[in-house]
Amino acid sequence: MALSRAASESDVSVHSTFASRYVRTSLPRFKMAENSIPKEAAYQIINDELMLDGNPRLNLASFVTTWMEPECDKLMMASINKNYVDMDEYPVTTELQNRCVNMIAHLFNAPLGDSEAAVGVGTVGSSEAIMLAGLAFKRKWQNKRRAEGKPVDKPNIVTGANVQVCWEKFARYFEVELKEVKLREGYYVMDPEKAVEMVDENTICVAAILGSTLNGEFEDVKLLNDLLIEKNKETGWDTPIHVDAASGGFIAPFLYPELEWDFRLPLVKSINVSGHKYGLVYAGIGWVIWRNTEDLPEELIFHINYLGADQPTFTLNFSKGSSQVIAQYYQLIRLGFEGYKNVMENCRENMIVLKEGLEKTGRFNIVSKGEGVPLVAFSLKDKHRHDEFEISDLLRRFGWIIPAYTMPPDAQHITVLRVVIREDFSRTLAERLVNDIKKVLSELDRLPSKLSSNVKAADEDGEKPGTTLESKKSDLEKTREITTIWRKFVMARKQKMNVVC
Amino acid sequence: MVISTASGERRGEQVNSTFASRYVRNVLPKFQMPETSMPKDVAYQIINDELMLDGNPRLNLASFVTTWMEPECDRLMTAAMNKNYVDMDEYPVTTELQNRCVNIIAHLFNAPIGDGETAVGVSTVGSSEAIMLAGLAFKRKWQNKRKGEGKPFDKPNIVTGANVQVCWEKFARYFEVELKEVKLSEGYYVMDPAKAVEMVDENTICVAAILGSTLTGEFEDVKLLHDLLVEKNKQTGWDTPIHVDAASGGFIAPFLYPELEWDFRLPLVKSINVSGHKYGLVYAGVGWVVWRSKEDLPDELIFHINYLGSDQPTFTLNFSKGSSQIIAQYYQFIRLGFEGYKNVMENCMENTRMLKQGLEKTGRFEILSKDIGVPLVAFSLKDSSKHTVFEVADSLRKFGWIVPAYTMPANAEHVAVLRVVIREDFSRGLAERLISDIDKVMREIDTLPGQVSSKTAHVTATVDEVVRDSEVAVKPTVHKSVTDVEQDIVSRWKGIVKKRSVC
Repeated sequence: MALSRAASESDVSVHSTFASRYVRTSLPRFKMAENSIPKEAAYQIINDELMLDGNPRLNLASFVTTWMEPECDKLMMASINKNYVDMDEYPVTTELQNRCVNMIAHLFNAPLGDSEAAVGVGTVGSSEAIMLAGLAFKRKWQNKRRAEGKPVDKPNIVTGANVQVCWEKFARYFEVELKEVKLREGYYVMDPEKAVEMVDENTICVAAILGSTLNGEFEDVKLLNDLLIEKNKETGWDTPIHVDAASGGFIAPFLYPELEWDFRLPLVKSINVSGHKYGLVYAGIGWVIWRNTEDLPEELIFHINYLGADQPTFTLNFSKGSSQVIAQYYQLIRLGFEGYKNVMENCRENMIVLKEGLEKTGRFNIVSKGEGVPLVAFSLKDKHRHDEFEISDLLRRFGWIIPAYTMPPDAQHITVLRVVIREDFSRTLAERLVNDIKKVLSELDRLPSKLSSNVKAADEDGEKPGTTLESKKSDLEKTREITTIWRKFVMARKQKMNVVC
Repeated sequence: MVISTASGERRGEQVNSTFASRYVRNVLPKFQMPETSMPKDVAYQIINDELMLDGNPRLNLASFVTTWMEPECDRLMTAAMNKNYVDMDEYPVTTELQNRCVNIIAHLFNAPIGDGETAVGVSTVGSSEAIMLAGLAFKRKWQNKRKGEGKPFDKPNIVTGANVQVCWEKFARYFEVELKEVKLSEGYYVMDPAKAVEMVDENTICVAAILGSTLTGEFEDVKLLHDLLVEKNKQTGWDTPIHVDAASGGFIAPFLYPELEWDFRLPLVKSINVSGHKYGLVYAGVGWVVWRSKEDLPDELIFHINYLGSDQPTFTLNFSKGSSQIIAQYYQFIRLGFEGYKNVMENCMENTRMLKQGLEKTGRFEILSKDIGVPLVAFSLKDSSKHTVFEVADSLRKFGWIVPAYTMPANAEHVAVLRVVIREDFSRGLAERLISDIDKVMREIDTLPGQVSSKTAHVTATVDEVVRDSEVAVKPTVHKSVTDVEQDIVSRWKGIVKKRSVC
């Protein structure tokens, strides 16, 4: 514990924080300060600055859980000082993780015998989970090729262009080529036929997404499976499937139990799901499950020896907090199957309320499908005067954070606004949002039209933007024009990295 | 929100206290999700009760990771639990706090940053992720250099000591880099700089030195390694860089040993990682990696995420994660400041000295940890022929203490130690109590019959007989009975399974 100096100058226990000198000094930004400050001052200063962050519960951009029951908060704070990786010191926490893995594996219909333990692990999120799954596929494929005496230097993975950025990270960091099936207007997920076409002998796996980030759609994993079985019969390559069920993994089993997307399909060898999305836990937990032990090459597993007990581990991260694992177990037993089903049904109900509210304004096209992750992706019917980015900006003033995105290639000219319906987005909030959107629309109608960004410019390919406008060009508008052209240029450059998360 | 079913039976349940309800009679689900929900207080109680059987984190003397923080900080962390750190545009203040921490740490490590320049670094979930990112940067830089020279780049390797933490082995295995380990020897439990530099070849992407070896807390001589490597680079022209794994030492050396040159003051050091959750005094879940300058982080590894029009460059393995630990790290920086951290580290060293003296006074132990380094005490039994450190560790558990016993890695596997890590919250009162409990344990053990030494125990007379092949058990000198033979087989099997023992 820090020994406090007993000098009267630093004895501020008498002064209230805002009466002390600490609120007059500038906070250190680049270098550590020489002296300590009282804990109340430190708390207050940081707390106050953080007031200027967005309100997590109004952040409608994110799938990640922003509310949990107070009982769970208690459990999480009590375990915040437990280093999860100390398996021998915290055997109960370790067992809770194993129970979660088993429950999730059963939820995904993994072909397990009665007392057989599932193969899986808790991770920090779906990024780590995907990297582990990808590593397993890469190693398995390399071993197979080496046994066949074939080259192993050009592995690739086939996915849709709608993948989340972590797949691109995996590809780049682990030196695997990413072969993306391009999207097109009206079809914003991976086309199974095109995907199977792209499979070659170097493909380590095909990754399907259950719950596309952009519009919440579930990809047709069953069709992909059937087509790939056919191709495997012809080629003998035995290409497997991975399902990125980051969002959909905790939705499909409850809302669409007959939908075959998981281990019921024989080619699906691993699945990842985010505990912190519809698993209803705060940020910081994901799960990856393998079909069985053959799908996880033993050489990737490390056997850590703690005090004589052997614990096999396969994670990228080592030390981390135990809170989220315990919270996941809490949710699984607290809610049970019926609880999760109720939550998902509520989300879907509120999504329909929002969707109908937006349709009634007559100004929007709904891009998201009815089935899938409960979110509403919508775009303006008429983009000539204003675009979705302006709507997003104006909604911020009401406190709502709603992102506007452009689609990946080849549908970059489509821009959408996206509202994610989480557990804690009640109907009243949905109705309020619709009202605020109506207010924003009427405000925009009164404003002079800005030049549309790449949306409009893409329509007028080759023509100088702005020549078709009827309004007179003032200096201000010329400046805006230049800014827009520059913005379009920069955004076009960033299309490759346009990541919607 | 969950709509609860209004069945009559359920409504009655609301009245009963948890321990009067039927829920505590049911078997907790272990393999399948239960069909129905249960009340939240029941769920809380059941889990809380089962967790009582976990070890007490503050008595876990095996771990370097922080187990206590001030209540004010707990409040900040609770408030930030629902903030997804990666939503940079939605939470700009949190993002800025992270950037401030990176700059503070870079300056602490004497990174050559100009006045208005920002440091190059990132927060991670721990040193494992930090090391993987640093290793990736080295690998890519080396590949680019080799491609430019038209030379093969399919066999990268990294040179470290055999005392490295398991995350280096993970990095090597997952990212397909060969790990060239400098073996240890009895009495010398860190990487020998001369041997390390010898092992460097044209395929070496970097040499990794550890500031604060996990086993004994020792600081490796980074300056000597540096000077030797500068010499070798002059001869070979390979330009091999250094990475310093300062997971533990990074928040100790600047405060206790400011003249010790180990950081960016040495020109070959290109990146450093440190665990915020060790002596950064934050709960588990935050680490930092800092690069010397922009050139040391190849731009092609950085992803430019476009959120609502603003560009945020990121280079991490994990994406979504909680913001609590980053805010806590910043809290500690401004709350403690330089003098606060210095005071904490000095207290830790005092209590370490006190513990060491207490152990030496018993006359039964040999101290392997050095005076300079991470505040921990690694000690072995002077006489392991009748009892081993593993028995001592087991007996200490009865008092509530978790003190781990380990064997050293190759080539010192015959040495087994107990290790006590002195953290911020290990006061003198606890140190005195630990010594008296160890005393009790030793007296108790003396009354027990001697056990067969396993391969892993310190064998007194057979130092020269140490077999290099780790699969062969060292022959014990005690008369063998049937039980002895059985134990022999068990320990031989244990020896085969034990590949890596210390974390």
